[in-house]
Amino acid sequence: MKEDNQASAKFKYIGKNTKRVDGKEKITGAAKYVDDIDFGNSLLYAAIVESPYAHAKILSINTKKAEKIPGVVRVVTGNEFPFRFGLYMHDRYIFAQDRVRFIGEQVAAVIARDEATAQRAAKLVEVKYEELKPILSVYDALGLSSKKENKRSSEKEFGHNPKNMIHPKLSEYTHVPWFFPQDNSNIAHFRKIRKGDLESGFQEADYILEDEYTVPRYAHCAIETHASVGLCDHSGRLTMWTASQSPHTQRHLFVEALAPLGFTHKDIRVITPYVGGGFGGKAGVSMEILAAALATCVRGLPVKVIWSRSQEFYNTYQRQGVHAKIKMGVKKDGTITALEQLLYWDAGAYVEYGANVVNAAGLSATGPYRIANVKIDSVCVYTNLPPGGPYRGFGYSEFLFGLESHINEMAKKLKLDAVDFRLKNAIAEGDKLAYGASMNPNGLHECITKVAKAIEWGKKYPEDNKNKSNIVHGKGFSLFWKAPAMPPNASSSCFLKFNEDGSLNILLSAMEIGQGYFTVMAQIAAEILSVPPHKIRCETPDTDRNPYEWQTVASHITWSCGNAVKRAAEDARDQIFKLVARALEMQQEDLYLEDEAVKSKKDGKFSLKFSEFIINGIGQKDGTFRGGPIIGRGMFMPEFASAMSDPATGQGGKPNVHYTVGAAAVDLAIDKESGKIKINKVAFAVDAGCALNPDLVKGQITGGLLQGLATVLYEDMRFDDKGKLLNSNFTDYKIPTTLDVPEEIISIIVERPQPDGPFGARGVGEHTMIPAAPMVGNAVEDALGIRIKSMPITAEKIALAVLEKSENGGAGH
Amino acid sequence: MKISFVLNGEKRSLEVNPSEILLEVLRKRLGLTSPKCGCDRGDCGACTILLDGKSVKSCLVLAVEVAGHEITTLEGLMQNGISPIQEKLLDNNSFQCGYCAPGFIVAAHELLENNCCPSVEEIREALAGNLCRCTGYTPIIDAIAQVCKCEHEGKKGGCGCEGR
Repeated sequence: MKEDNQASAKFKYIGKNTKRVDGKEKITGAAKYVDDIDFGNSLLYAAIVESPYAHAKILSINTKKAEKIPGVVRVVTGNEFPFRFGLYMHDRYIFAQDRVRFIGEQVAAVIARDEATAQRAAKLVEVKYEELKPILSVYDALGLSSKKENKRSSEKEFGHNPKNMIHPKLSEYTHVPWFFPQDNSNIAHFRKIRKGDLESGFQEADYILEDEYTVPRYAHCAIETHASVGLCDHSGRLTMWTASQSPHTQRHLFVEALAPLGFTHKDIRVITPYVGGGFGGKAGVSMEILAAALATCVRGLPVKVIWSRSQEFYNTYQRQGVHAKIKMGVKKDGTITALEQLLYWDAGAYVEYGANVVNAAGLSATGPYRIANVKIDSVCVYTNLPPGGPYRGFGYSEFLFGLESHINEMAKKLKLDAVDFRLKNAIAEGDKLAYGASMNPNGLHECITKVAKAIEWGKKYPEDNKNKSNIVHGKGFSLFWKAPAMPPNASSSCFLKFNEDGSLNILLSAMEIGQGYFTVMAQIAAEILSVPPHKIRCETPDTDRNPYEWQTVASHITWSCGNAVKRAAEDARDQIFKLVARALEMQQEDLYLEDEAVKSKKDGKFSLKFSEFIINGIGQKDGTFRGGPIIGRGMFMPEFASAMSDPATGQGGKPNVHYTVGAAAVDLAIDKESGKIKINKVAFAVDAGCALNPDLVKGQITGGLLQGLATVLYEDMRFDDKGKLLNSNFTDYKIPTTLDVPEEIISIIVERPQPDGPFGARGVGEHTMIPAAPMVGNAVEDALGIRIKSMPITAEKIALAVLEKSENGGAGH
Repeated sequence: MKISFVLNGEKRSLEVNPSEILLEVLRKRLGLTSPKCGCDRGDCGACTILLDGKSVKSCLVLAVEVAGHEITTLEGLMQNGISPIQEKLLDNNSFQCGYCAPGFIVAAHELLENNCCPSVEEIREALAGNLCRCTGYTPIIDAIAQVCKCEHEGKKGGCGCEGR
């Protein structure tokens, strides 16, 4: 990729396609992941006893037979850990207590000397259950007898289902102040947004369109499964090695969950080596709590819990399913006057993380559009399916499928061009968001026009009408946006240490989950300190040594951690200037850094290399030295953010720090007989603010795009009528291979700087997957005249819809 | 039972249980951690190694089956330093999390041993058994397409490829 971005011209290292600083470790197999670490012969293994029922009371657990097996060290049940914990809401348990809430939930564990013995003994743990009726759909959970009957009797009574509660003690759960659980119901959180006057908005409209859209659950499918090792020594020190996106948040949750055992933050150490893919699945704490708890039962010995691929599917976070009901009003000239979105989220058995997905989607479900009158209800509903949680896109992929499909239908009804309609309503800097705050600077209009040009929007395939071939072509467009969803005080920090030769080690606690942040952080420090990126090593986190980072989620690391690194580098630079000025009697303001040396604007000959003083100081005439090891420190917290708002309207706060926006379009071909789709070309534009490393931005585009295309073309979690996941492996849950790559991907980077970002940068990681589903849905409609309203849009679904249409002329599905 | 085999060019003998899986033996007993476990059923290719020069999923091979055979892991492909394939993957920022990288490199090595200058279609076909969730494959395919084995061996054009 050419470095023709704006930053490239201005800077030495920023905006360049620097090679990944972790590249060599990864292509040689030297990079260590949790399961690659050798814990020696004393390592114990734990196998988990899992619930066979989606909803049941636990009557008794008999561990005697399992305990008698030679090689079994301990059998542990929920009796030993009656503690509730969670990230945003304390609604989950280390082991199930009096009831189980999904198939595969952990009920007990067997710790043994080897894996096979642990697995064998786990089968001998006898658990007696009393089966309860599982609640497998949001409609059952809300006490609405069918999908059709989702009219709301009264605002107050909505969702009341006191006899059928998955969490009868919901009202006792502690949670963050921006969640609103509803008593006597399965509603864990209800996010309301009310802006303007909805009724008059619809009265103003010349045309109103209502429809419903459905998105199922999806799995992250990182190639490395979750793995966790705990060692609690006899002094009460607990060290954890985890495959995690969130070392400090994990430490904090381990402390909270195990506080009754006396653990404090200084007693727990979380070490996180490289992670084999995250995509949100390794954020927060899921199965890692098991290794932490079990380690406290076998003091002095390390114990490993590692998920099989199947467990990875059913007992980590899953992307939540959603049912969306959309009503939109538009004037003849194409102005959107009103939007009502009702989102029912199938959030699963525990929502300690997933409820915040529901919250984030609720805040932003207008999409990147300027709409004066808005009503959004985003409802987090407990079901007896595996826990929902964070997945790349964090709710935006889910609501955008419906919204962007609806936008296209609206344009079609008004006989407006789908791109012109979007351009007319696309949000701009300063526009008022649904919750009242102002939209940040952004290049959305530029993204739209560039994508339209790249995909040759408006250029049809006339031959489709002429010949009788089964192949038809279509083009589809979608906008996208996403803000980091995080607590208002989520922060990042950095220590930056110089070495004797002027090279650097940077200590951080964000995670290199593949996105390339190590490289970008090195580029930021390089730019400030004039040390080339290949002389900078970023360290994987160890909470004892690396400073605090909230979590590597929300696409906020480039921005937030980047700001911390920039400040740490500036701090080190200022220390250098101060020292040189003091030791050599120069003026600080005359000094600058270039090529790993201090130079003077006044004296062109002056050049003091870092390696001459950065650790050992600057020698004086009397043989003494001035200075000492230079260590920079930086931190960043968005002090302007606030999650406080009126629960009834969502107005008043500034819950989102900024949005990253963009547009994408696809050109595809469909075989009408088989329904198979071939993706010919995708054009994708994202406003990165400043692309610190364009090649890595492009990597996010090719990767996220294919992940998004898979969700619309074939991926889909299938459950049976008892709540059991039917396709928990890569044979039955197909993810893309090299054979599924689009023929052509045009990556477009737009750069409208983010004022508070490092060199103007903002995150792009999640965004690249978000528009994939609606743009394909819109292209299918363009090609066939058939609107498919439920994901995935499989070949089977298309073929059947084509058949149905030819038989009775129906156009909806 | 005791088995003997050649591992990355070195003769080795080992006592194994008949049910032990090759991947586990390589990782946990022989300290070779480049082959990774991603699915344990041959779907993902993260454990790809060479058995007598042919790529296999080591999670589907019993350790006893390799008695008398030659095994090569990614570690064994770097005895003369980083290979041209690895160089190109590095230049293209081809991998992200890196977990699937060893399996891909081994599979690509086999491809290029048999086909000095594969077409993009041939590359896609050869790597279709290796899953990567991060990259969308494009940067991996691009990198492999830039490797012409003849070029690196100073025989440009010798195979009729004319250096691509």
